[in-house]
Amino acid sequence: MQLTVWTYEGPPHVGAMRVATAMKGVHYVLHAPQGDTYADLLFTMIERRDHRPPVTYTTFQARDLGTDTASLLQGAIEGAYERFKPQAMLVGASCTAELIQDDPGGLARALKLPVPVIPLELPSYQKKENWGASETFYQLVRALADTSLKPPPLEGRRPRANLLGPTALGFRHRDDVTEITRLLDGLGVDVHVVAPLNATPADLATLPQADFNVVLYPETAETAARWLERNCRQPMIKTVPIGLGATRAFVAEVVALCGLDPALAADPPGSRMGWWSRSIDSNYLTGKRVFVFGDATHAMAMARVARDELGFEVVGMGCYNREFARDVRALAAEFGLEALISDDYLEVEAAIASVSPELVLGTQMERHIAKRLRLPCAVISAPVHVQDFPARYSPVMGFEGANVLFDTLVHPLVMGLEEHLLAMFRDDFEFNDAQGASHLGGHGASAAPEAVAPAIPAAAQIAAASTVDPSREAALGGAAGEPVLRLVWSSEAERELKKIPFFVRGKARRNTERYASDHGVSEISLETLYDAKAHFSS
Amino acid sequence: MSAAPRPSVACGTAPTAARTIIAERGQREVFCGLTGIVWLHRKIQDAFFLIVGSRTCAHLMQSAAGVMVFAEPRFGTAIMEEKDLAGLADANDELDRVVTQLLARLPDVKTLFLVGSCPSEVIKLDLARAAQRLQGERTDGVRILYYSGSGIETTFTQGEDACLAALVPELPASAPDAPPSLMIVGTLPDMVEDQFARMLAQMGIERVSFFPARNSRTLPEVGPNTRLLLAQPFLGETARLLEGRGATRLPAPFPFGADGTADWLRAAANAFGVPPATFETVIAAPRARARKALGGPRRQLEGKSIFFFPDSQLEPSLARFLHEELGMRLIEVASPYIHRDHLAEELARLPQSCRLVEGHDVDAQLDRARAAKPDIIVCGLGLANPLEAEGFTTKWSIELVFSPVHGFDQAADLAGLFARPLVRRDLLKV
Ligand code: SF4
Ligand code: SF4
Repeated sequence: MQLTVWTYEGPPHVGAMRVATAMKGVHYVLHAPQGDTYADLLFTMIERRDHRPPVTYTTFQARDLGTDTASLLQGAIEGAYERFKPQAMLVGASCTAELIQDDPGGLARALKLPVPVIPLELPSYQKKENWGASETFYQLVRALADTSLKPPPLEGRRPRANLLGPTALGFRHRDDVTEITRLLDGLGVDVHVVAPLNATPADLATLPQADFNVVLYPETAETAARWLERNCRQPMIKTVPIGLGATRAFVAEVVALCGLDPALAADPPGSRMGWWSRSIDSNYLTGKRVFVFGDATHAMAMARVARDELGFEVVGMGCYNREFARDVRALAAEFGLEALISDDYLEVEAAIASVSPELVLGTQMERHIAKRLRLPCAVISAPVHVQDFPARYSPVMGFEGANVLFDTLVHPLVMGLEEHLLAMFRDDFEFNDAQGASHLGGHGASAAPEAVAPAIPAAAQIAAASTVDPSREAALGGAAGEPVLRLVWSSEAERELKKIPFFVRGKARRNTERYASDHGVSEISLETLYDAKAHFSS
Repeated sequence: MSAAPRPSVACGTAPTAARTIIAERGQREVFCGLTGIVWLHRKIQDAFFLIVGSRTCAHLMQSAAGVMVFAEPRFGTAIMEEKDLAGLADANDELDRVVTQLLARLPDVKTLFLVGSCPSEVIKLDLARAAQRLQGERTDGVRILYYSGSGIETTFTQGEDACLAALVPELPASAPDAPPSLMIVGTLPDMVEDQFARMLAQMGIERVSFFPARNSRTLPEVGPNTRLLLAQPFLGETARLLEGRGATRLPAPFPFGADGTADWLRAAANAFGVPPATFETVIAAPRARARKALGGPRRQLEGKSIFFFPDSQLEPSLARFLHEELGMRLIEVASPYIHRDHLAEELARLPQSCRLVEGHDVDAQLDRARAAKPDIIVCGLGLANPLEAEGFTTKWSIELVFSPVHGFDQAADLAGLFARPLVRRDLLKV
């Protein structure tokens, strides 16, 4: 038993959902109790997906146990097929159903549905989300790829590649795929199939017709790519093109593999990261101490970018997915560090605190840790929250990805300077301590609670008698020349105000004071507070 | 002033038993009872909620709570692993270890809830026994209780019911000759509690307690002189156990909206013999304020149609409010479970034209919602964006549970939750 509060990875069936949701024409029947339907909101809320994940849950209850959970499951599979008419189905169990052993695969086979049904065995008490995604994609490829197909002769056509690994809920997967597709196109290479993202089962059947596979996200695609390598003799490119150096290496590999003109390997004109980093303004980045944590692929790539492309000093690194621990340990050793392999965020927090970095690169967990430790932070890996799915184009792969990374990694530091200034001038009246650094406040619940409190005009503050706590007093119409009306809050009303959630408290205070002054009330009582509330909501 | 006269229902209609409720059984799309911990742990400030479950349970809590409460919250999941499943003796040892560690680290915790999950129930891990055993081993007075928040037993808000029900046997008994007292049952935000307490005090009802209390050490007394006023419609088991200890439930609608709140308070006033004139004087100002404040949202909502997916069991009460006080048209009101008794006052006030559904079948409900084309759909977060993408306006139901919505001074806020999505839709030119 392991005591956990926040987790980096969900259970393995959530990984399966990331694959199923990314694809088209697939439906997943999950034998699971009702509460497990929460997983839908990961996709519809965090990623703002405009469709429900293609998942039917059996939502069995205690009274079904031992009687007819199996027929419930069979009915759900049949019903889902009828309603959604998928090209292929996945069936499996979540942690609870795994314990009741209803054999989803066997029950589905007995239905003799006219489409491939792929049973998933995802051991919930041993494995986690990334493993589940990888296993699901591998099972799909194994079941659906037509190994009798081959790429047509290369003469007279451009080479073609499959891009493997992008899923739903992935960190920047949407834009990485676009960027790498453009990059390959520039080299004269076509993309044959992208999978799982937006692929259909029919697309998976044709995977063997590509000349080679690009493993964009080893966490999800390496197992499947190895199987294709063995069974279809498709070579794979494993260099993950995150950062300038890795992108150049990736391009060189593709050029060599396809026998293309080496001149193609030069950086395109839009590649700015190198110059931005060499330009003298970036001098101040030198030796910034950075801590890197995330999934193995992103953590390793970002550590290289930090050291080799921005001149930072990497003072700590690690990953939460044990499957790739060996690679991360090896890289860390190269950096003279010992890798932290852990999915316990408290351990990660302790590690960060102990090396006191100047910048943290991590997941949403590290963002919260950094916020607590008041350190600048950039998010570079899943799991991420809604604001890390930007509306704009922002890949982290390829040359444009490298540009994006320059901005992403440097921006929090610039803001860090601002914070430094704030600390220096916090006693000056313009620099109200409650304001906080702009990038640390403003978002989320732990932002400085009173950041929305009314700014107190300097004149009023000076006018305030020293015995009066300025935060308890408001000056209205404080512009030069206008009379200043003093408002006093009764202690009862003040106490009531404190009960209002902090993120609307400032507004409540302002509105009440405006109401009071409009109505010539000088002492704000409990009644005034609620009268004002009614006034502004009507 | 002992015996409680049955309060008259404000609008004059007698509760009718003859209301058709359509039962539906299909795929559910709703949280399990674990989710109640999100608000319970904030209310009961010296309690820790330890879920004994799987990675799924931990992930659910994280997703439902958002990472909003990141700073060490007073809940956690003891995730069972392969080795715990192999032999039950090990699981008990492991649990002991986790609990001991936890309590040593958090000395302020005075009550520890062991919360059962689907996996712990399916493997028949007896957490009730474990709680007793752990309690017996302690000398520091930390109370250890068990309840189930599992998805095979509880739906969303039923988790609060199960938690409070576990606390009922712990409540001290009031003296048999104690004067009548009022117990308000169900988690309310502190601010709302204080509003109610003030009004009840002004009416002269002095002996008022709230259950759960903010602090698990100050549990309210219960006995034959206790009158129960339910603040939430999902507390069937808790009310049953309190009645088992002699308390009497005051039938009332739930305190949503100006009229709902007035009727709810009137049930208490009548039971305690408050003179009608006093009652009216006390509620006059706040009720007038609430009615006035409802004017704004009413302009947005009047005549608009609404469709509820089943979620929190608040649906019939909210529908009554939206219909009576804001003039909305009810198309379908679906609820995971409808307590016939506790909701009698509400059901009687719903128009016959609205479809009343108990249970789930998410795909069938989606078909009906699409066909009915309501102006607004109340649903869970898994459905909201997909429906918006189809062109519907939605209100995500979880906010109705997480925000202060009870009482006079929150009536307009509650209405605003429904009005805002419509206002926004009108506003946007994108
Ligand atoms: S439904 Fe059951 S298994 Fe799923 S999160 Fe809830 S308690 Fe855990
Ligand atoms: S504060 Fe930001 S990251 Fe945290 S839960 Fe809220 S939106 Fe997500």
